[in-house]
Amino acid sequence: MNEQSVSSQEQGTQRITLGKAINLGLRRAMERDPKVLLMGEDIGPLGGVFRVTDGLQKDFGSDRVVDTPLAESGIVGTAIGLALAGYRPVCEIQFDGFIFPAYDQITTQLAKMHYRSRGKSQVPVVIRVPYGGGIGAVEHHSESPEALFAHTAGLRVITPATPADAFTMIQQAIASPDPVLFFEPKARYWDKADVDVTAADQVLDAPGDVRAVVARAGTDVTIAAYGPSVTTALRAATAAESEGTSIEVIDLRSISPIDIPAVAESVRKTGRLVVVHEAPTFLGAGAEIAARISEECFYHLEAPVLRVGGFHTPYPVSKLEEEYLPNLDRVLHAVDSVLQH
Amino acid sequence: MFTPGADGVNAPVGETDDDLIQLLTPDGERVHHQSYSPRVDHLDRVALEGLYRDMVLVRRFDTEATSLQRHGELGLWPPSLGQEAAQIGSGRAMAPRDYAFPSYRELGVVWTRGVDLRSTLHLFRGEDHGGWDPNEHNCHLYTLVIGSHALHATGYAMGVQRDGDVGTGDPGRDRAVVAYFGDGATAQGDISEALTFASVNDAPVVFFCQNNHWAISEPTQRQSRVPLYHRGRGFGVPSVRVDGNDVLASYAVTAEALERARSGGGPTFIEAVTYRMGAHTTSDDPTRYRTRADEEAWRRRDPIDRLRILLEREGTPPEFFTGLENEAEEFGAEIRDYCHAIPAPPIERIFEDVYATEQAQISSDRAWLTEYLAGFEEAAS
Repeated sequence: MNEQSVSSQEQGTQRITLGKAINLGLRRAMERDPKVLLMGEDIGPLGGVFRVTDGLQKDFGSDRVVDTPLAESGIVGTAIGLALAGYRPVCEIQFDGFIFPAYDQITTQLAKMHYRSRGKSQVPVVIRVPYGGGIGAVEHHSESPEALFAHTAGLRVITPATPADAFTMIQQAIASPDPVLFFEPKARYWDKADVDVTAADQVLDAPGDVRAVVARAGTDVTIAAYGPSVTTALRAATAAESEGTSIEVIDLRSISPIDIPAVAESVRKTGRLVVVHEAPTFLGAGAEIAARISEECFYHLEAPVLRVGGFHTPYPVSKLEEEYLPNLDRVLHAVDSVLQH
Repeated sequence: MFTPGADGVNAPVGETDDDLIQLLTPDGERVHHQSYSPRVDHLDRVALEGLYRDMVLVRRFDTEATSLQRHGELGLWPPSLGQEAAQIGSGRAMAPRDYAFPSYRELGVVWTRGVDLRSTLHLFRGEDHGGWDPNEHNCHLYTLVIGSHALHATGYAMGVQRDGDVGTGDPGRDRAVVAYFGDGATAQGDISEALTFASVNDAPVVFFCQNNHWAISEPTQRQSRVPLYHRGRGFGVPSVRVDGNDVLASYAVTAEALERARSGGGPTFIEAVTYRMGAHTTSDDPTRYRTRADEEAWRRRDPIDRLRILLEREGTPPEFFTGLENEAEEFGAEIRDYCHAIPAPPIERIFEDVYATEQAQISSDRAWLTEYLAGFEEAAS
């Protein structure tokens, strides 16, 4: 195929879904670096169960878009070996709940390889994981296990909330010399937005921490959210505005590390913080943020930090997931609570 | 049963259920094998003396390291005593361009890769998690979690394929990978997944399983109801069983497997039957689970003794052995001195190389510890 012609077709700003943005980001990374290869279950002719790799095997061949055996530990374990041989594998784990067969390889091997070799062995492996609920799925298809990986030093854990970030951040993940868990908010795969598909290259020059961004400025309450919960937070901000409350929404984008200075800066202004994520609140990212903010912003806080998220239960049946997820009403309830102090 | 390819090139020679490839008996007698003997024909007396020296020095190091642990200089040591032939034979069959993924008892293997054996002491002294540069020796670090690195070896071999370094016919280009693991590891899912990935990809990787009969305290029968080399066949991987205390046979079967891998014939599973003559590690107590008679029976199959008998019969002069004894003694003294001189790691090492690039949480933790420690210095001044 003529890769140039595909690229030139895709110059400039396009209105695309979050899933398509990742697809274009992967394509861009593969065009830029011949060492980038994709591996996973059903990512070839099918294009992945969410079609994120649609068309890539046709254009880059089956040596670079590899349909693997159905074995997650094998996928990540062989990706580590490929990385040691100089490649940059991007693994697709089909669903969040299927990552655990690979948990040992990720936390015991991938996360520690650079450390135990004292920097002699780099393993630039990216692991893409569709995560989160809200799509009416069966068991094991709606989970949010990001804290389990953020708790392991040596991994970077990032998650985009918008098509534009999805396009850029997947390329940042692939350019990173560190292993990256790339959590994709599957309920937002079909969200559309304008994406400048020529914009990404400059951010690749300084691979490192992905910083938080202010998704919406405000003055009364800070909501820190990431991935699928950013949209919920923005809806809450719109709803609260009609009642005269100004909410600042921070899109964290990275769970390891967490951009605490960005949250602290906002909280010093608003004095109130609500953290929203789909993962269980118990020992989740929100717990870490609450602890750090109480240390660093104690005299600025007007109210306790509240968390809105999943309960300490397995993910429930889909008929009940609306009550389990941090929906708009529960977020607004937390906003009201911090304002009552 | 394994079905060979249409042209038969993938079929390992000598593969029958009861076959144990042996080219040198415990009594030092050569055994002729139609397919494998030619693989060692080129090893003249000097080459055999080299293999003997390898095994003697590796055993000397192992004995010294065990002793250093007993004197409190090492936190732990996993003795390789008794497994020298399997490790030296297979390791010497590798070319410099090939790549080894050892487990943690592979002292002989890393010796053949040109790693300074003293660098293995750092890990067991608690000074380093690794100890050498994997890229310098084409030899990965020890992997401590059982079986995990078989997947890394397979992935590395898939990288070799993508580099185009398989089946070119150019001996300076074609290369392969060897994954070392033990009988216990065959029960791990990662070994099965590695065999699957290697098989469906025809990856140039050799699975070298040292069946040393014991996974700490559990005999091989607790890991498998079939001979371990049958495992490979279930995955369509040519498999062979070799006397792992026979350095010549270990060399020959590995050489054949490597040749097949480098030429594009795919993976091989080798079961090298050997015996862990020492404890699992210095923390272990084998008297609780095996008999002295068992150990004595295997002592009579010592891999070093049988090669010495052969060498003496084939004309190696006594001066070679006395010279080597002196060399081994000096080697031992150097090991002790080196170990005592390993400095304690600086505190900053805690934070180094967790990430390849700066990471905010690491920076924050490092800053906290630095400030905390500085507080003591201020208090003291």
